[in-house]
Amino acid sequence: MTDNLDLWAVLPMIVLAALILSLALVIAFFRRLSISCAVAVLGLAVTFATIIWLARQTGGPWQVTPLLIVDSYSLLFSGIAILASLLIALMSYSYQASRGDHQDEFYLLLLLATLGGMTLAMSAHFASLILGLELLGVSLYAMISFPSRGLFSLEAGLKYLILSGVSSALILFGIALLYGAFGSLAFGDLNFQQIEPGSDEHWMTLAGSALLLAGMAFKLSLVPFHMWTPDVYEGAPAPTTAFLGTVSKACIFAVLLRLFINVDGFSDHTLMTGLYWLAVFSILIGNILALMQTSIKRLLAYSSTAQLGYLMVAFIAASALPGRELAVEAAVMFVIAYVLTTLGAFGVVTLMSVADAEHDTDELSAYVGLFWRRPLLASFMTAMLLSLAGIPLTAGFIGKFYIFTTGVQNQLWSLLTILVVGSGIGLFYYLRVVYAMARPVDGDDGTATLNTLPITGSWALLLVTLVLIGLGVYPTPLVNWVSQMTQELLCC
Amino acid sequence: MTIILVMVTLMLGGVIAWLAQAWQPHWPKWVALGSCLLAGLMLTPLLSTTPDVVIALGQTSSTWHEHLQYDWIPRLGISFILGVDGLSLVMVGLTLLLGGVAILSSWNEIKTNQGFFHFNLMWTLTGVVGVFTSLDLFQFFFFWEVMLVPMYFLIAIWGHEQRARAAMKFFLFTQISGLLMLVSILALVVLNMTQTGTLTFNYFDLVGHDVSPTASWLIMLGFFTAFIVKLPAFPFHPWLPDAHTQAPTAASVLLAGILLKTGAYGLIRFTLPLFPEAAHQLATTAMLLGAISIVYGALLAFAQTDFKRLVAYSSVSHMGFVLLGIYAFNELALQGAVMQMVAHGLSTAALFLIAGALQQRLHTRDMTAMGGLWALAPRLGAMTLFFIVASLGMPGLGNFVGEFLVLLGGFQANIVITCIATLGLVTGAAYALIAIQRVFHGEVSPKVHLTDLGGREFIALLPLLLGLVWLGVAPQPLFDLVEPMLSNVRQLIIASGNQWLGGVQ
Repeated sequence: MTDNLDLWAVLPMIVLAALILSLALVIAFFRRLSISCAVAVLGLAVTFATIIWLARQTGGPWQVTPLLIVDSYSLLFSGIAILASLLIALMSYSYQASRGDHQDEFYLLLLLATLGGMTLAMSAHFASLILGLELLGVSLYAMISFPSRGLFSLEAGLKYLILSGVSSALILFGIALLYGAFGSLAFGDLNFQQIEPGSDEHWMTLAGSALLLAGMAFKLSLVPFHMWTPDVYEGAPAPTTAFLGTVSKACIFAVLLRLFINVDGFSDHTLMTGLYWLAVFSILIGNILALMQTSIKRLLAYSSTAQLGYLMVAFIAASALPGRELAVEAAVMFVIAYVLTTLGAFGVVTLMSVADAEHDTDELSAYVGLFWRRPLLASFMTAMLLSLAGIPLTAGFIGKFYIFTTGVQNQLWSLLTILVVGSGIGLFYYLRVVYAMARPVDGDDGTATLNTLPITGSWALLLVTLVLIGLGVYPTPLVNWVSQMTQELLCC
Repeated sequence: MTIILVMVTLMLGGVIAWLAQAWQPHWPKWVALGSCLLAGLMLTPLLSTTPDVVIALGQTSSTWHEHLQYDWIPRLGISFILGVDGLSLVMVGLTLLLGGVAILSSWNEIKTNQGFFHFNLMWTLTGVVGVFTSLDLFQFFFFWEVMLVPMYFLIAIWGHEQRARAAMKFFLFTQISGLLMLVSILALVVLNMTQTGTLTFNYFDLVGHDVSPTASWLIMLGFFTAFIVKLPAFPFHPWLPDAHTQAPTAASVLLAGILLKTGAYGLIRFTLPLFPEAAHQLATTAMLLGAISIVYGALLAFAQTDFKRLVAYSSVSHMGFVLLGIYAFNELALQGAVMQMVAHGLSTAALFLIAGALQQRLHTRDMTAMGGLWALAPRLGAMTLFFIVASLGMPGLGNFVGEFLVLLGGFQANIVITCIATLGLVTGAAYALIAIQRVFHGEVSPKVHLTDLGGREFIALLPLLLGLVWLGVAPQPLFDLVEPMLSNVRQLIIASGNQWLGGVQ
């Protein structure tokens, strides 16, 4: 491994950073939304190309300084982050354009947050973890309260600022305790199994990892750390919510999983018991609270809590060594399906809304009869909701099938029961939205207040839907790739 | 390839029907009907082929008219396996026939968005054909779920007054029981992997597995529950009256005619061969559930005033015979169960079509508001009488053959339960005749105007009528077709029964 190879390995990061600087310059000279959007989209596409190029190189994984590791796993999650923000950039164009004044900085913040997510996906060290977390978090504060359209989104931004700050503080304190126990900040130097039970180091490790886990659970909005989710989801502009629900969660989960595999956190029974209850409560409470929502954004917020609970089932299944490979594959497949689906669902909300209004169009009543007014948009939304419910022909089914498989393989019968019950409750509210969209509206001749669908947004949504169905019908190429990636991740 | 072509024809037919709406609002039904007929034509050559593909199934060897296998997700041992044997052939044939009847039955009923309606209809048919021909457990589950979504839309969008509730109930019951089946499938596959070292969802590899008796008992219960929810048997029937009553006519025809049969098919194809020992342990309970369904369904049917609800509860009663016959395990009863599946499909589809015709003319399903209709619509009355009499088990028609064989076979297996089940014939006659009396006899209400059965409805009913007569007079060809498959099932059960009884002694 030579020195100059190291830099090539972080090429996506360099390209993205360069893109951010050039976008800042572009905004300074041409303050035109279309140009900023085009630069962001093209730049993200180039970044994605470098990720594909790196993934095809042999000779990895590359450790670039102690801070970053570039392997298939980090490339996959970086790729997810880049593609997701590319699609968000496309879908948000008409939304941002619907405001008169200049909205260019949104793309700058989007790219910064994506860089944060990428840093998280590649981090192999607590320093880079904090760096990525804060880069992501600080950009998100601004993105959430970005439209100066009243107190609503400011309130959401402030809520996220305070709670995210608290969770970062918890994580930092946890890291400090872990540093005290192990004397190192690199994931590779920590090994929970070296710790003697009952020693001072043992208690420090336990307290440290509990704090760390709590902080992460905040960001993943697992019960009981989920309180911010519905308010922030509702208050933030729809494209930001899409980012918050997908890239932010996927990358934080990625680093959490890598950390647990590296330090063998699965060997600690206390931690795993804690995770077990996080999963149980997230699935049950998330689903039950989602039942009562009349706002699509709040509904999706609680549903995301439940979905992350399903994901935790795979996480817990990874604790037994024989089934770990399948469990990690299951988690990754589920995350991919979840990101795709959430992106599509918030994409529909974005296309339904205008940035100028005080609220986004997220009340269920606004979606009644959507099938007859906007068949295409309603079909996209239906596909997304069915995917969240785990019905076949969608990627969500494959994700859920994986979770069930790994749960059965590790004989997590109690969690599986909760999963079946949770999925049953979930059907109620997903189908409620589908039914509302399918209900014909009396006296609606189907032509009232129809502005044409924005081109970029509808093509992006069409792409998401096609990939969603494609993965649901023939996931084999992705399955094989994820399987290889998992072997690489677990062997070293 | 035939069966893939059939499925592709149905799928494409659905898509084209949806698109055709853009040109002419009445084109979708013609496209849908055409693709149904085309699929039916494609299927007929299979009838004349001899089953020459031989595949080992446990200790027996099974014969297939057609068998195709492709890799699907090799990492998880999932393949795409389509197989057609006599039983599949009969069920697929029934599906296509009733698909055509369903399209004819809703010819003028659907006013809004006919394209999407027929798209859903065709995709339900595709899902059902997939269920009847899948021989990989993952693939089976896949199609099992695929057929739900379009049916949900059919009920939720074009249904009657209480459609939201009915559609939700239908979806919840089948989906939750489906998840139980998924957990069972996975448990079977994983336990089989720990025994043999290979991860496979292939039906042929899983039959004759070595999973411990306790585990197979629990796994079998998962399958059994999913299938008897669909069947439906007491106490899992509450979704059925709502769904059938609220659905538009075409969806009721499909639900009662073929979707219920997927449950019975699943029991014969999967539950019995995969878990023959557990089947022995469950036999008495299952037969008892069947007998309770027969009597309970018939009593509830007698108490209804809603014509569609009456037919819906009568389905619970008739499907009870199927459950009883399947778990009696002997040749007569199993043949009777299959005959009952086909005959009930034909007779109930016809009754729902008639119920739809009545509702379209009178704008009510309430039998107390009807009466004396025979005088106004003699052809409709005669047709209804024929199918009602068929469904109460008149000798010479298909339902009689089915019910008689089930009772004859059941009597050899368990005398007490079969005697209880026989009561169903009496109550069956009671609700069937009361329906005729309330609707077609008595005083004519002066406000009622009724046009008689039209040519289109007549054409839809004719194949059902002829089919029932043919099954009743010459049932042997059907038995010949399904017998190889049924005898495989019996051999597997007898083989394990010897082991099981040996273990008990």
